This record gives sequence, C-alpha cells and structure tokens, in this order.
Amino acid sequence: MASKPSDMVVTSDDDTGGGAGPMPVKIVVAGGFAVGKTTFIGSISEIEPLTTEAALTKVSEGVDDTSKVSTKTSTTVAMDFGRITLGEDLILYLFGTPGQDRFWFMWDELVRGAIGAVVLIDTRRLEECFPAVDYFEENQIPFVVGMNCFDGQATHSPDDVREALAVSPDTPVLLIDARERVSTRDTLLELVQHALVRATA
Amino acid sequence: MSLGDAGDGLRVRPYAITGGRTRAATEVPIEAIVYRTPKGEKAVASMSMERRQILDLLSSPQSAAEISGRLRLPLGVARVVVGDLVDEGFVALNTRSATGRPDLRLLERVLDGLQAL
Repeated sequence: MASKPSDMVVTSDDDTGGGAGPMPVKIVVAGGFAVGKTTFIGSISEIEPLTTEAALTKVSEGVDDTSKVSTKTSTTVAMDFGRITLGEDLILYLFGTPGQDRFWFMWDELVRGAIGAVVLIDTRRLEECFPAVDYFEENQIPFVVGMNCFDGQATHSPDDVREALAVSPDTPVLLIDARERVSTRDTLLELVQHALVRATA
Repeated sequence: MSLGDAGDGLRVRPYAITGGRTRAATEVPIEAIVYRTPKGEKAVASMSMERRQILDLLSSPQSAAEISGRLRLPLGVARVVVGDLVDEGFVALNTRSATGRPDLRLLERVLDGLQAL
C-alpha cells in the first residue's frame, strides 16, 4: 500500500513518473457566490484553476404515484481548485467549496485531513458566509476569515466583522485582496499559523 | 462519511466507463496524488481509452482532482478508474487524509514553503 504516515519525508525521484510522488496537503476556500474564491485560488496557483465535477442524481420529490416514469434529475457540483508546489515532496491544493450548501457531503470530503479553511466574505452580503462559518466551527476545522475588498477599501473593520459573525476572538479576520498573490499568500500563512496554534493548544 | 455513499455520480451515463460501478475497492481521496509504478510505466502503450489517458497524464504525478479536471472526467469516474489501476498495480497513491489533521511537523513545512514563495 502506498499511503505513508503524514510525517514521513517522501523522497521523490526527479525523473518523471515511476518514483514515489509528492505528498498532498489541502486548504479549503469557502464563501458565498461570486465572493472571489476562484480569483483567490488563481492568484497563487501554479496552474490555471481547474474544475472537477461530481455528478449527483436525485429523484424528484412529489412525483405522481400513478406515473411509472421516474423523474430523476442530475445535478453537477463543480469545484475549482489550484495547486502550489511547496517542495519536491509536498504539494498544497486549494479547493473551492461547491456553491450551494446542500452539497455538504462534498464538504465532508474536502475538509477531511485538511489544514483548515479560508472563509471569504463580501461585507455587503455577510450572511452568505454564515453556513460556512457554522460548518467549520461545528467540525472544529481551523479557519480564518478574509474580507475581500473588491475596490481596495474596507467598508467595515475586522473587529466589526468578527462581532457580526460571532466567531471566537482568536479567529483571524483579515482584510484581503483576492486578486493579489501576496495577499493570498499572507492569508494562507495566517491560516497555517492559526492551525499550528490550535494544534499545540 | 465514506466516499460515494451520498451518491456522487450515481446512475449517470459516464458510468458506462466504469461498468456501472460508482466506487472501486480502493478509495481515492480527491487530493490523493497518483503516480505510475514501474509496472504502469511499461503498460501505458497496451492500455486503452480512459486508462491510457490517465497513465499518459501521469508522466508527472497528479492528484485525482487534476485527473478529473484535465481529462474532463466526472470525479467519480476518475476515482473508479484510478482505484482499479491501484488494485492492478499500475499506479500508486500518496494520501494522508485518513490520518486526520496534519501534524506540527507537516504544518511547519507548509509554513516554510509558503514563506519561501
């Protein structure tokens, strides 16, 4: 079996293929519709953000019993993601969460073994991030909140937002610009530091 | 929860590729890095269809998500085909998601890596 303990340093052959591959780590990027998740991922990813699609089929409710025709509908959940090579044996993946909250099962997989999450917010539509904040709190996933300042100007202070979200005082709330690589990197750094603190607590 | 039990991709046409199966014996996490084994290296030319596309793509190791995204295969389909390739010894996986949150040492390596960007 190829899986290795997380703390084992994997040495990979530098020739392509055949050698043991690098170890993946992941960070989840969540937030409401059009809040800048893919922009955030794309600002630092070494590849153009890719999309993976998981198909769902569900049987519609309220089908007329006399009809023998089932009305299955299929829905596709699309997740954008990017990748950052952190060393020849370590790759960080950034996964954007699927837009709708009803795809929680996909979130469960995305957060399993993840370092933590970045919750992006638009202060004009703050309520859209509530489900994500609730989810990460309930599942004890370390997260930071990134206030995406679309026009480069903050309309609210991080403290106001922390209070409005009722997140714990130690949860980092940051002003970010999802288009800027340095801003994105610093946000990720903040999250990893936060996860480190949580892990040592 | 375990993979597939909420029905990611049940009963959808692309599953013809997988013989109708929605999961392989080997679970393939979305971020698992897939790489060719020496046996897989030798077998590329003899493979057909999706299996060959995947082995071709793995001239450099890729995650299951990348295989799905680059080949435009639904994630569930990519996972089943990759899982089969694992079972048959053509590829192997690096994954740590089953081991829980990253430990301190791994977090520190990520921190160092990000700082060096």
